[in-house]
Amino acid sequence: MEILDKLKEDIRGELEGVSLVIGWERGYDSLHTTPLFIRCPEDIDRLIWNPLCVHNLASYLPWFKGRRVGILVKGCDSRTVIQLLQERLIQREEVVIFGIPCQGVVDLAKIRARVDCSQVRGVSFKGDKIAIETPQGQRELPLEEILATKCISCQYPTPLIYDHLAGEAISSHRPPGLLFAEVEKIEKLDPKERFAYWQQELQRCIRCYACRNACPLCVCQDFCAADARDPHWLSQKTGIGEKFMWQILHAIHLAGRCTDCGECERACPMDIPIQRIRKKINKEIKELFGYEAGVNLEVTPPLYTFQVEEPAIKEREW
Amino acid sequence: MSGMERKELRIVGFLCNWCSYGGADTAGVSRFKQPTDLRIIRVPCSGRVDPLLVVKAFMEGADGVLVSGCHPRDCHYAEGNFYARRRLEVLKRFLPFMGIEPGRFEYTWVSASEGARWQKVVTEFTNQIHRLGPIRRKGDGGGDIR
Ligand code: SF4
Ligand code: SF4
Repeated sequence: MEILDKLKEDIRGELEGVSLVIGWERGYDSLHTTPLFIRCPEDIDRLIWNPLCVHNLASYLPWFKGRRVGILVKGCDSRTVIQLLQERLIQREEVVIFGIPCQGVVDLAKIRARVDCSQVRGVSFKGDKIAIETPQGQRELPLEEILATKCISCQYPTPLIYDHLAGEAISSHRPPGLLFAEVEKIEKLDPKERFAYWQQELQRCIRCYACRNACPLCVCQDFCAADARDPHWLSQKTGIGEKFMWQILHAIHLAGRCTDCGECERACPMDIPIQRIRKKINKEIKELFGYEAGVNLEVTPPLYTFQVEEPAIKEREW
Repeated sequence: MSGMERKELRIVGFLCNWCSYGGADTAGVSRFKQPTDLRIIRVPCSGRVDPLLVVKAFMEGADGVLVSGCHPRDCHYAEGNFYARRRLEVLKRFLPFMGIEPGRFEYTWVSASEGARWQKVVTEFTNQIHRLGPIRRKGDGGGDIR
């Protein structure tokens, strides 16, 4: 059975017992998708599944706390669900998880860089290619070249938690060595160059906080430290210092929690490679505590706990 | 070395009330010679030191930041410094990635009786920051972070 048919069948079977099921549907054109909230059987027909289903829908789960909801997850999205469960931000009995073994989703920015997407008339998938129909004609691009960066190093294509799985589980064929490739490039620079690099990138930041709003683990909503006047972590100044401060604030609040879903960077209207900042912390957390966020329900996130003797921390002698 | 021989830099020290602040006091009462660059901010516990306090200090122009608490197993609140150790270690490894040189931030433990250790820590840390120099000079390609 096709993945989509299996999903629809499973959703039909569960719909009665949940307030709604969250999936994807076609957006304003055939290149864009948008979240779909399935409340009645007729809504199920609008469901789609293809490499354009980029959104991490688990972002919605904390909003629905107290209600039982269904959610469609890719491998990466399932890590968000696990991390939310680990932090008790959602309850297991309140979610029905429809898992999808995933071969990767696209990065629209990579498509936009190669095709004028202002008037897309149709999109289709042929094997490992995507065909985009525009007034200028049809363009075919190999999927591999336009996959999201996270997909190129994906280690968990099959969801790590689910109640229903749409299709056969698949295992990763991506080299784990690529996981931190961009971070390692920056690490090779000397501190002055690194500062200059971030200054150049972050000066574009308009502090719209789309990165925060898209992050499924930014759950404080109206109580964000970035908006607080007391303590006044961030002022209304527009300088680069505030932009650094904002990025570090977000990254630190995600330390030991970030599941590498990439929503922050995807949401950024200024195309700033901000996920690298989170990834650097993930890398250190992994090295120090052997921890990867959202892969094991039983583990306490490392900054919520401690060991009396920390084998990996080499403290400085004076 | 005193401020007379070299220009003072801006170094911020977050010291816990129960151990390190007492240690600094012991050093003072014992009249141990110490550099004067470090400004002490007294906090209830090293576990109170939100990593963002350190970041904010750098953003406001600090040349170096030191956090000092009770030795592990000696925390007045039993486990505050255990949490602090994890957070501050992550921070220490992360800051250089954003372009803040390694060595500008350190954390350590000094007890209330260790006046001599405090003297050593503050002297070495201050020298280390002087070797690195001011965090940004006017005319640095990057310009002023503020
Ligand atoms: S989404 Fe981009 S521009 Fe907006 S605050 Fe985040 S980094 Fe800045
Ligand atoms: S910081 Fe970015 S990559 Fe990490 S969980 Fe949030 S949105 Fe996902």
